[in-house]
Amino acid sequence: MANLIIAELEKSSLKSSVRQLITAANKLQGDNHLLLIGYQIGDALAQAKQLPGIKKILVVDNPALGDESPEKTTEIVLSIATNYSHILTPASAFGKNFLPRVAARLDMTQISDVIAIQDATHFSRPIYAGSLIADIEVTESIIPLTIRISAFDAVMGDEDNQAEITHLALPDLPQLSQRIALQLHESSRPNLDSAKIVVSGGRGLGSEENFHQLLEPLADKLSAALGASRAAVDLGYAPNDYQVGQTGKIIAPQLYIAVGISGAIQHLAGMKNSKCIVAINKDPDAAIFSIADYSLVGDLNEVVPELTSKL
Amino acid sequence: MKILVPVKRVLDYNIKPRAKSDGSGVELSGLKMAMNPFDEIALEEAVRLKEKNVATEVIAVSCGQVSSQDILRTALALGADRAILIETDYDLEPLAVAKCLAKLIDKEQPNLVICGKQAIDDDSNQTGQILAALLGWSQATFASKIEVTQDHLDVTREIDGGLETVHVSLPSVVTTDLRLNEPRFATLPNIMKAKKKPLETISAQSLQIDIAPRIRVLKVREPDPRPAGIKVDSVDTLIEKLKTDAKVIG
Ligand SMILES: Cc1cc2nc3c(=O)[nH]c(=O)nc-3n(C[C@H](O)[C@H](O)[C@H](O)COP(=O)(O)OP(=O)(O)OC[C@H]3O[C@@H](n4cnc5c(N)ncnc54)[C@H](O)[C@@H]3O)c2cc1C
Repeated sequence: MANLIIAELEKSSLKSSVRQLITAANKLQGDNHLLLIGYQIGDALAQAKQLPGIKKILVVDNPALGDESPEKTTEIVLSIATNYSHILTPASAFGKNFLPRVAARLDMTQISDVIAIQDATHFSRPIYAGSLIADIEVTESIIPLTIRISAFDAVMGDEDNQAEITHLALPDLPQLSQRIALQLHESSRPNLDSAKIVVSGGRGLGSEENFHQLLEPLADKLSAALGASRAAVDLGYAPNDYQVGQTGKIIAPQLYIAVGISGAIQHLAGMKNSKCIVAINKDPDAAIFSIADYSLVGDLNEVVPELTSKL
Repeated sequence: MKILVPVKRVLDYNIKPRAKSDGSGVELSGLKMAMNPFDEIALEEAVRLKEKNVATEVIAVSCGQVSSQDILRTALALGADRAILIETDYDLEPLAVAKCLAKLIDKEQPNLVICGKQAIDDDSNQTGQILAALLGWSQATFASKIEVTQDHLDVTREIDGGLETVHVSLPSVVTTDLRLNEPRFATLPNIMKAKKKPLETISAQSLQIDIAPRIRVLKVREPDPRPAGIKVDSVDTLIEKLKTDAKVIG
């Protein structure tokens, strides 16, 4: 049996998370097939041909598929799903949205947020905001998995993989939903999901102006992405897609700098696997210090400008 | 419009969970339990739609043990009109919960289900989507704004790159994100009134569906601890350490 990897696209290109999905799929048995769904996705197809470890590429390129509709994506996946033992997609807003629908229609149980794959039937996943890990066994005939991208390394290399390319016929598509607006937060900074360095701010920043005036120059110096705690997002200091945590983005950059963030368990869930964690907080007892590699107790209004100027 | 709100009883979000010493599960005995925070938001949204005369009835449903009656009483105090417990001793997986709900929906015929996007215990983020699929309904997950039009909803969703608005046909399943609303607290008079509201119990067995677990939990354990860090007394030391020890900046 083979593994079906469903790639996430961004505009018409492949998201880099496909490389972590391949690493995850390589821990299972059988060939890896890659499914690309969208409209005008020639670029993604060209990129897919350069990915190591892909035997077959399945493509559905159609004007009806430009908006990542979960109802439609589900029908496409179902048209081929029974040929596979495992179906893998990122545990991102994209993957979480449609894969449970696929699993339900197959009457199979989905495993969410997989952080380790021991073999084709044994997986590990975090529960309780990552406070605990469950080691589980599933022996169903098709196993849909959403993969926590930050827990796997990207597969390296790009040379022509000689994959067989198949254009799938379009199944009947339901007309249940339609995208009517998309407000993407455009930024020249690296993507929060894939950035090597992340500067993240919390309620301690005190205002939207302070959030931007203090953290942006620091992020610029470090070529870092910006992140935020839930409190900072709720207070309007930062847009929703900056949120790091149990219910936001789960990331593991090389360096995570937490500024004015107390370290609630829901926030730690999103960043505690970062390679190096720096915490700047005026409260010496802040929980964030318990997981920081480097703890600096001080007023962020003084520490952050000093740090920026000395870098 | 009739709205169904599924609610789950979970460990209070302020409590740090521990694994049982034999690794067989999570230690919950004697700990404070509460309604899943995302479900509180779902319920609040449904109650607000009723207060705006958009909804006619709000039904809270929980699938679980008898103890889940306490969060159903809370739901009634927060404004649900009636509550239903689908009772079972099984630890239900998302697919099983959705199957129970689908059976109930056959009978109750709501036009809208609003549920939390995930439960903060198993963090699966599946039940709403599974339910929509089983019913053949539209879905709108991770909602931060819901507008009801004639026979449609316009729902703003929190996605990875920003916000998306989808126009979905009714009936539909909507799952809530944190910023949809701020739930109210139950007032004492409403807690008293809730005691008189109907709370019905149905046994899950009577629904004649397969709800047996399909996942075998081999072990629940703590994650590997991070090595202890150090305190740095100045920005200069911090930069020095990041450059020479951690080697994460140039
Ligand atoms: C269901 C649920 C899901 C959640 N999901 C998430 C999530 O995904 N992500 C998330 O982040 N949170 C999440 N939360 C919220 C979480 O519980 C905390 O409320 C939140 O993380 C707190 O944000 P904060 O650390 O910015 O604010 P606070 O806890 O208020 O901390 C502010 C910190 O700033 C420090 N500070 C203040 N002034 C200064 C100064 N001048 N200099 C230096 N330090 C200063 C203070 O000492 C304090 O430690 C969730 C909560 C629930 C219930």
